[in-house]
Amino acid sequence: MKSMFGRYNPRQKLAFLAGFMPALFLFGPAQSAEPGQLFTFFQAEQFEYRANDGQDSLNWDAQGWIGNDDHKAWLKTEGEKPTDGQLEKGEIQLLYSRRISDFFDAQAGVRYDIEPGPERGFGVFALQGLAPYWFEVDASAFVSNKGELSARFEAEYDLLITQKLILQPTAEVNLAAQSVRERGIGSGINDVELGLRLRYEIERSFAPYIGISWERKIGETADFARDEGEDIDNLSFVTGIRFSF
Amino acid sequence: MNKPITVFSRRDALKLAGAAGFAGTVAVYPSRRSFASSTKEYTLNVDADRIAVDGVSSNAILMGGSVPAPTMRWREGDEVVVYATNRLDAPTSIHWHGLLIEGVMDGAPGFNGYVAIQPGETYTYRFKLRQAGTYWYHSHSAMQEQQGMYGAIVIEPSGREPVRADRDYVVVLSDHTQEDPMRVLSNLKADAGYYNYGKRTLIDFFRDANRDGFNTALKDRMEWGDMRMDPTDLADVTGYTFLINGRGPKDNWTALFNPGERIRLRFINASAMSFFDVRIPGLPMTVFSADGQNVQPVRVDEFRFGVGETYDVIVLPRDDKAFTIFAEPIDRSGHARATLAPREGMEAAIPEPRPRTILSMADMGMAHGGMDHGSMTGMNHGPMAGGAMSSGAMGGMDHSKMGGAPMAGMDHGAMGHGGAAAEGGERRPFGWADASTPPGMKALDYADLKASTPNSDDREPTQEIEVRLTGIMERYMWNLNGRPFGKDEPIRVAYGDRVRLKFVNTTMMAHPMHLHGMFVELENGQTDRKPRKHVVVVPPGKTVSAVLTANEPGDWPFHCHLIYHMEAGMMTRFIVEPKSA
Repeated sequence: MKSMFGRYNPRQKLAFLAGFMPALFLFGPAQSAEPGQLFTFFQAEQFEYRANDGQDSLNWDAQGWIGNDDHKAWLKTEGEKPTDGQLEKGEIQLLYSRRISDFFDAQAGVRYDIEPGPERGFGVFALQGLAPYWFEVDASAFVSNKGELSARFEAEYDLLITQKLILQPTAEVNLAAQSVRERGIGSGINDVELGLRLRYEIERSFAPYIGISWERKIGETADFARDEGEDIDNLSFVTGIRFSF
Repeated sequence: MNKPITVFSRRDALKLAGAAGFAGTVAVYPSRRSFASSTKEYTLNVDADRIAVDGVSSNAILMGGSVPAPTMRWREGDEVVVYATNRLDAPTSIHWHGLLIEGVMDGAPGFNGYVAIQPGETYTYRFKLRQAGTYWYHSHSAMQEQQGMYGAIVIEPSGREPVRADRDYVVVLSDHTQEDPMRVLSNLKADAGYYNYGKRTLIDFFRDANRDGFNTALKDRMEWGDMRMDPTDLADVTGYTFLINGRGPKDNWTALFNPGERIRLRFINASAMSFFDVRIPGLPMTVFSADGQNVQPVRVDEFRFGVGETYDVIVLPRDDKAFTIFAEPIDRSGHARATLAPREGMEAAIPEPRPRTILSMADMGMAHGGMDHGSMTGMNHGPMAGGAMSSGAMGGMDHSKMGGAPMAGMDHGAMGHGGAAAEGGERRPFGWADASTPPGMKALDYADLKASTPNSDDREPTQEIEVRLTGIMERYMWNLNGRPFGKDEPIRVAYGDRVRLKFVNTTMMAHPMHLHGMFVELENGQTDRKPRKHVVVVPPGKTVSAVLTANEPGDWPFHCHLIYHMEAGMMTRFIVEPKSA
C-alpha cells in the first residue's frame, strides 16, 4: 500500500479515498421507505484549539454519513496540527455502515493515516451506536497493511445541565496487539484520553465549548515516548466549536 | 366541456383570502358558467410563494392563492369539478380528506391509479358528494401539506342541519415552520431529539430527587436510560408557529358574534405534526360532530385532537365580551390563538401555558406486563378531572380494567400513587393523556363519542387485522408491523367484509391513524352507535380497535397522519378487492 500511495501527495490520496464513498454505498441496496431517498449528516464533534504545556495545537474529530436507515457510507476523521508546525496526526476512515439492531451499526472499511509516519493503510471493522443509559460508543478494530492489529474504544455521554448547556465527558482507549516501534506504539494498552467539554448550543447545530482534555501514554508506548524525550501525559485546555450540517 | 373561467391573479386571491379568513367565508368563486345547480366548478392553482405569519415572511406552497386554501362550501349531492393546476416545479396532488370518493379521485399518488400532477399540468377532479359535514383537503405529495397546502371543506346536508347556528366558522389549526421540511426530516434522521428542548436535565433530576428521594429519581432515570427512550418525547418537531386559519397568535384571527347567538365552530387539525388541547376559557363547547359525522351532543370544556381529526362544536356566548380560542400543542412549545368577539379589535386574556406532561412507563406499554388487552376499548384522551394526580413511579395499578368492558374515561396517567402531588402548589402532569385539565372541567374522551344514528352494519367482524404501530425513535424510523412502506405487506379484504382493525401501539408516541376511502367505527364502548371516524388516535403503548365494512373497492392509503412519520414509512395499502363477478 505504501508503494502504491507513495507517489501521491496527501491531497491526492484523500481524493482517492473520497472516491470510495459512492463505491461503498453500492455494497447494499437502498431499502429506505422512499427508494432513492438519501440523507446526509456531518458533524464536527470536536473542532478545537488545545492549549498544551508545550506546543499548542488545533484538533478535530468529525464524522459524516450519507445513506438511508439501513445502509450508510460513513466518514470519520480526526487529527492534530500544532499551531506552528506540520500536521502531526491525521486519520481518515471510510466505512460501509449497516444497521444491525435498533441502536447499533456494524461498519467495515478502510483507514488511512496521513501522519504520523510511516504511512499506513488499515482495514477497519467497527461497532458504533447507542449503548444503554445513553452512552454513544464506537469500538473499532484495525489491521494494517503490515498485518498489525490494533483497536480503539470511544465513549461519550451528554449530561444536560439545562436544555442548551451540556457537559460532555468522553473517553478513548487505544490498544495494540504488537509494538510498532517506528510509530511509537507499544503492545497492550497504548494510551487513554479523557475529556470534559461544556458546550452551549446556540443552535442544535452550532455550539461553542470549553473544556479539558487529558491524555496519558501507558506501558511500552509510554516507554517509547520517554525514549524520544516526549512527555507521557498531557493536560490541555480546549476551546472549540461543535457543529453539524 | 366548460372551461374554468375563475381566473384571478394571485394578488387578488391573497386579498380575497385575507378577507375570507376574517369572515370565515368562501374564497373561491364557483364558475359563473356552472348554471346547472348540481355541478360546481373550481379552479385551484398550486403555487410556491411567500406568506407572512405574525409579520414574519416565509416560504409556502399555496392552493388557490392562500394559506389555508380557500374553504370549499358544498352541498351533499353536488357534483364537484375541480381543475387543479400545478405551478410548482415538483409533482403535487390534492387529497380530499374524509370524503367517500372514487379511488382515482382520492388524490393519493401511487394509489387507485391516481398519478401525481406534474409541473404545468392540470388534473380534473370530478366527484359527487355522498355525505355532509366538516372535512378538509391537502396535498398528499412530499411534505407540501407542511408547507401550507391544506384547506377546509364544509358540506351542507341535503336535509336538515343537525343543529341550528346563527354563525358558522371554520377554525383550521396548523403548525408552520420556517424550515424546509426535508431539512427537518434530515435533522430528525441524524438526531431524533434534534427539536426536543424539553428533555430532562440535571436540574430536573435534583428537583425530582428532592421530591421523590434520590434513589427513586435515579431509578427512574436508569429505567428510561436502560430502554434508551426519552419520556419527554411528545412532539418530534418544534420551532413551529401555531396558526388558526393561517394567522399566528399575534395576527389573532377574529370571528364576530352578537351576544346570545349560537356559533358553530368547525375545528380542523390540519397540522403536520401537532396534537392540540383546545379550549375557549369561559365558554363551554358542545361537540356534536366528529370527523364530519354527527354524534350525540357532549358538553365539554376542552378537547384534545390529533392530526387529521375534526370536531364541530356549538358555543353560546351570552356576554358582550371577547373570548380566546386557545390551542396548545401537547409539548406546550407554543400556542395557537384566535378571538371570538362582538366587535373587531377586541381581545380576551391569553391563558397561561399549561405544564408539559412527561411520559410514564404505562405509555411505553411497560406496566401491562404481557396482559392481553386486545379488547380494551377505552381511550384516555383527557385525564380525570380531579386533582389527585401525581407523578413518580407507576405501580401497575392500571390493569384492573383490561378485558373488554367499556372504560369510559380511564386514564393511566391519572392513577395516583402517593408521590408528591403538588409540592410548591403546582401539580405536575404525568402520562401522555394528562392535559392538566383543571378539577371540575370536562375534557372530551373518545368514550364520550356516540353516533347520532345507529350503525348501519351490525354484523360481527369476521376478520381481525392487527396493525402494530412500530418504529425506532432513535433512528427516526417509523412503520407498520415493522415494515416501512415499500417493503410492506398490503392489507387485503374482500368487498363487503366486516373487519376489525386492532391498532397496537408499540411506540412511545401517539399516532393518528388515517384510512382513506372509508369510515371506521371506533370501538369505544358504544354498542350500536359507534362513532364513525376517518382518523383514530392511538395513544402510546395502547391498543385501540375499530370496525369497518369494506364497501369501497380500491387500493387505499392507510397511514399515520403525522407527516414525518408517514414520510419515514408509516404507511401501507388497504386493499378492498372488488366484488367478484
